[in-house]
Amino acid sequence: MYKFDKKWEKEVLSIADGIRMRVFRFTVEQNGGYLSQACSASEIFAAMYHGLMKLPKIKTPLMPDPWQGVPGPGNPIHTGIKFNSDGKEGYDRFIMSPAQYALVVYATLIETGRMDEAGMDAYNKDGGSVEMIGAEHSPGMEVTTGSLGQGISQAAGIAMGMKLKGKKGKVFTFLSDGECQSGEFWEALQASSFHHLDNMILIVDRNGCQCDGLMKPVMNIEPFDERFRSFGCECVRIKGHKPLLLAEALNTPHRGKPLAVILDTSPYHGLSFLKERAPKFHYIRFTDPKQREAYRKIYDKMVKEG
Amino acid sequence: MEILKRVHAKNLVKWAKKKPDVLVLSADLTSSCEADAFRDTYPDRFFSMGIAEQNMLGFAGGLAREGFVPYVHTFAVFIYRRALDQIAMSVAYPNLPVKMIGFLPGVTTPGGATHQAIEDTAIMRSLPNMTVLEVGDATEVENVLDVAYKIPGPVYVRMLRGELPRIFDTPMEFKKARKLSSGKDLVIVSAGICTEEVLRTTKILKKSGIEASVYHISTLKPFDYPELMKDIKNSKYGVITMENHSIIGGLGSCVAECMAEEGIGKKLYRIGINDSFLHGASRPYLMKEYGIDAPALLATVEKAVGKKIKYSEDDLGEVFIPALHSDAKAEAL
Repeated sequence: MYKFDKKWEKEVLSIADGIRMRVFRFTVEQNGGYLSQACSASEIFAAMYHGLMKLPKIKTPLMPDPWQGVPGPGNPIHTGIKFNSDGKEGYDRFIMSPAQYALVVYATLIETGRMDEAGMDAYNKDGGSVEMIGAEHSPGMEVTTGSLGQGISQAAGIAMGMKLKGKKGKVFTFLSDGECQSGEFWEALQASSFHHLDNMILIVDRNGCQCDGLMKPVMNIEPFDERFRSFGCECVRIKGHKPLLLAEALNTPHRGKPLAVILDTSPYHGLSFLKERAPKFHYIRFTDPKQREAYRKIYDKMVKEG
Repeated sequence: MEILKRVHAKNLVKWAKKKPDVLVLSADLTSSCEADAFRDTYPDRFFSMGIAEQNMLGFAGGLAREGFVPYVHTFAVFIYRRALDQIAMSVAYPNLPVKMIGFLPGVTTPGGATHQAIEDTAIMRSLPNMTVLEVGDATEVENVLDVAYKIPGPVYVRMLRGELPRIFDTPMEFKKARKLSSGKDLVIVSAGICTEEVLRTTKILKKSGIEASVYHISTLKPFDYPELMKDIKNSKYGVITMENHSIIGGLGSCVAECMAEEGIGKKLYRIGINDSFLHGASRPYLMKEYGIDAPALLATVEKAVGKKIKYSEDDLGEVFIPALHSDAKAEAL
């Protein structure tokens, strides 16, 4: 049972604000970035890392590893799992499917005391592991995703592997709605239900956006929750940005089935000035230095006002 | 020639008996890929994944991360054509021990272009971390599971099923070519079912006074055969490669790349599927039509040595052609 109260929700919302501001700052500094993902998902990541996922405590925030080469003969896999469960038994696993959200994860790890802030010096820098679109070697990432739709299959394999080995703990998979257009996603959902993977928890950020614009005119996926259910999955659809609702949703019984929570979120939550960019939110790019300067001013003002 | 039925089906059950980490994943082609006996013997280690190969490969990657060794069974085309991105990112990039057992290479099925894997070696060997193996007889079908198991990464196997001849009496070894004969005139290198065709010409070549070094290759990647290269270098007329695969990117290309790197200036003749799709027809028909049978090899030898070889059909050695409708196969594919 997930038991959380108003106090916890307040803490989560405060962490979420921190995540969003951090991503905002990086977007201005880096002259562009995946900012709207922070708007839609900051509360989700904050809640997951602040109690919803069972993770071991980290005493001293960890530093990211330098780039250690691609896996291959003589070079074993290096993953960002040490920022999560570190592979310890009895804890939850975290599969980040849309790797485009990497910066939101890094910011979350900092805001929840799992990663040293100085680790961000390596962000998007050659020779580092804190990549713009992360991969399994990046902090908080356990598998290579980003070719969208592949996270859930890998998560399902891990969930099955854990069941076969009698390992406790759940496999939390964070998904974005756009990738759920892919065939592999539905194949994986079908297989997860068929094989009764009730240790799988799918958290879906339904921000309604994808690279080409709003999802509805690109490729509609509604009725999304009904589709989940028709594939044999337990599904709860809730309003986004409300951590207590998410905690409550995780208490939904789902014996013998995976549980999916769809969160209807906003791609400009907390940063309402982004609304003018509709319908394009996938990557926030500055068209000219003036616009970047304007964003910098908004950022400074928001910091000042706390 | 000894002919065996459902070699893989029996062997898989026997071989996996004391290997609890070995799992079998299947995409609705369980008996067609001779995994039915495994399914019935070890139901807890068998996973039906449906006609959904992309998920199957990612799922296998996840299982491998948890310490299992998944043996993915389906037709070769459905592995590398349908799930290439998943193989690349969910399996090959992290160098996970997923073993992909691909059935129906090239002309071994009358199932037509949809079912015939003609460019799988080319595609799979270009993936980093991937090992590519191909079997040529019943012995290699039996050995390949263990060869693949001992490789600490992803392995793709061009597999055979149904009724098979036993050609080799020694086990298949990783990265080791089988040298079947020695001769100074030319080198013949083959893989898979083509080795049977090469062997059919042995007597004729001998009678014609043509001495050939004959190699059978079962490890297509990595491709590192110093003795083979030495024999090509010392040969009078060069080398002929013969494969049940496109001449682009397969065995012939492997040999060409090595020859070029070694600076061996000998002629190379590539026998294989000549940059064409196949169609639905029997194996002997296709082998004749596409020029990958024993007579095609003899014609190439004639070209290489510059002399006519006299022979009659009767001189060609025994060839084993499995029946189209055989009780050793689940379907007529």
